[in-house]
Amino acid sequence: MLTVTHYTILSAILFSIGAVTVLVRRNPLIMFMGIELMLNAVNLAFVAFSRYLNNMDGQVFVFIVLTVAAAEVAVGLALVVAIFRARDNVDVDEIDLLKG
Amino acid sequence: MSQSLWLIPAFPLLGAIINLVVGRRLPRAISSWLAVLTVAASFGVSALAFFNLTALPAEERVIHETLYNWIGVGSFSANVGFWLDPLSAIMILVVTGVGLLIHIYAVGYMEHDPDYARFFMAMNLFVFAMLMLVLADNYLLMFLGWEGVGVCSYLLIGFWYYRDNIAVGTDEKFLSPRSSGTKAFVVNRVGDFGFTLGIILMFWTLGTLSFDKVFAQAQTAFTVGAPVVTIMTLLLFLGATGKSAQVPLFIWLPDAMAGPTPVSALIHAATMVTAGVYMIARSHVLYELAPFTMEVVAVIGVLTAFIAATIALVQNDLKRVLAYSTVSQLGYMMFALGVGAFGAGIFHLMTHAFFKALLFLSAGAVMHAMNDMLDMRRLGGLRHIMPITFWTFLIGALALSGVPLFSGFFSKDEILTAGFATGHIGLWIVGVLVAMMTAFYVFRAVILTFGGAPRWKEGEVVTVAGEHADDAHGAKGLHPHEAKPVMWIPLVILAVLSVIGGYIGLPAVIGPNQFADFVAPVLGEHAMEIAPELEWTLIAISVAAAFIGILVALWFYVGNREIPARLARYYPWLYALLANKYWVDPIYDYLIARPGRWLANAFWIDIDGRVINGIADGLGNGFRGVGSRLRTLQSGYARGYALAMLIGIVVVIALVVMRT
Repeated sequence: MLTVTHYTILSAILFSIGAVTVLVRRNPLIMFMGIELMLNAVNLAFVAFSRYLNNMDGQVFVFIVLTVAAAEVAVGLALVVAIFRARDNVDVDEIDLLKG
Repeated sequence: MSQSLWLIPAFPLLGAIINLVVGRRLPRAISSWLAVLTVAASFGVSALAFFNLTALPAEERVIHETLYNWIGVGSFSANVGFWLDPLSAIMILVVTGVGLLIHIYAVGYMEHDPDYARFFMAMNLFVFAMLMLVLADNYLLMFLGWEGVGVCSYLLIGFWYYRDNIAVGTDEKFLSPRSSGTKAFVVNRVGDFGFTLGIILMFWTLGTLSFDKVFAQAQTAFTVGAPVVTIMTLLLFLGATGKSAQVPLFIWLPDAMAGPTPVSALIHAATMVTAGVYMIARSHVLYELAPFTMEVVAVIGVLTAFIAATIALVQNDLKRVLAYSTVSQLGYMMFALGVGAFGAGIFHLMTHAFFKALLFLSAGAVMHAMNDMLDMRRLGGLRHIMPITFWTFLIGALALSGVPLFSGFFSKDEILTAGFATGHIGLWIVGVLVAMMTAFYVFRAVILTFGGAPRWKEGEVVTVAGEHADDAHGAKGLHPHEAKPVMWIPLVILAVLSVIGGYIGLPAVIGPNQFADFVAPVLGEHAMEIAPELEWTLIAISVAAAFIGILVALWFYVGNREIPARLARYYPWLYALLANKYWVDPIYDYLIARPGRWLANAFWIDIDGRVINGIADGLGNGFRGVGSRLRTLQSGYARGYALAMLIGIVVVIALVVMRT
């Protein structure tokens, strides 16, 4: 039988993969994919709890998270385009103007 | 005329400010006569105040004006207020009167000096401070004046700060004016330390510093001989030893002769050095509660008088003789105060102001005539060239020696009689000896300077030791001449005062002592019970001492006798002791000045330089190190920030989870 625990563990694994992706990869597009993975892992957790607690609040919150994710990706991709146009290079490690 | 006592110190202060700000741009005549005018105005107001005071009945002769409340902190309050009673009235008349004469003289004396504005600024400032000192109605204001005269003394002694050696025509080594000024100030500071502690103790025990309250409360708060009042009076006396050049703090006065002669006359003969005497007389209520201190004062007074007189016997510089004479006469005043004859002490203060200022100003006239050379071994025969100076100096010498009919006789005799009558026979004997020595050394000075044949040549060039003979000052040869009227008129006036000034204080067997009666409401009645025969005997003894001194001086120095030189050869150790001034200066240097400087250097280099700078720098460096290490956190490396955020989130969630 599938219990909520299974879904939670799956969510945790997906979240971890997303986190590591953000930390390890240098390409901002891949990092955004990792962020999306994290957000959707959280969505999965919300839906699972909603189903097993018979409470609609979880699924309503998923709507909000989806909306935020979409907006954030739009802004983020705009930033990436701007950075690429400025320096022809989107390697995250090279953006260290705040150093010092 | 009420509420106008403040004018008395205000005029000189105004003069000082004007000379300070614009003096250099004023013509010499205006700058100098302005200074004279302010002191004259002050004298005028003082005289008016004196007459107002005498119009009051004898028991109520106090005029007390308060200007404003100067300090009011918690329970402590001190005003700027002025207290005129017979004692301070006499003081202001002496200060402004003699000061006026000296200022007039100084206009002539300083006429070739380029720094006339600075000179008269400091002179006026001094008169201001001295008047504040004697008119103050509380110890704090008096202390302001006390410090003020010390500062002006420093400024005026070191007036010729650019000169290294002031001795002309002699190979004697004197301290430079700048060092002399510093020495005077530092030595006075030691005394002021005692004075300050005394004032603090006074406030601590009595809660007030105003004269009227202190003297009223002291008699109920302290028993006679209580340790508190003894310590307090001793501390105040320490201040007096500094200001009035008593043992052990007299060493600054002889070196103060590096200043211009009017300065020596005003500050170091007539006024500033009398501040200690005035202070003790003013505080007589406290001193009468401390018999031990009175004994100390009397003994130190006589000791100082003796030591200074012995040193004066062998000095070759005319001003040094007068300087040590001043120290010695101040010792007499302290002796009078110590035996309870406060009125006699102040009386001698007044007569001494007259004749000592006279002697100094005459010496200045001699300096002017002899291109600043004052080594008496090279003078002589001036009485025909400078008759006015000679006669006035002679009158001063007679007054100083205590020859009858001159003012010094009356005041000195009163002191000696008081000393004997109060049972201080030993001190009295020394006092008579000192009188003998006083007559001797001052007539030695008269004879060597004015008498005999000249030991100098007309046209001779005298120089400061070490300078070339053709510098601007020494290029002129000696052409001695009498002083200008602006200089000899004050001399004559002072000579007249030196003669008639004593008649207001006649000994009991001769007549009324108007001076003592005048100050009695302030200083108390100290009628001494002496049989008339005894008093005549004492008078005869002191007169005899004076004449013996004069005769010995005549015997030694009239005609080219070898007696002094032979004495110096037979008793070389004695001569060396006196000529080296008991080696007081080297002793103080090794015992106090050098350890003091070593201590100061230790504090400066080691403690201040190493320890405190080390702490300050170390603290600074420590912060800089921490900062530079913290700076590595700001790498600009975005992934590092992300990792840090993740770790933080994990930690927080772990903590939350573990608490539930």
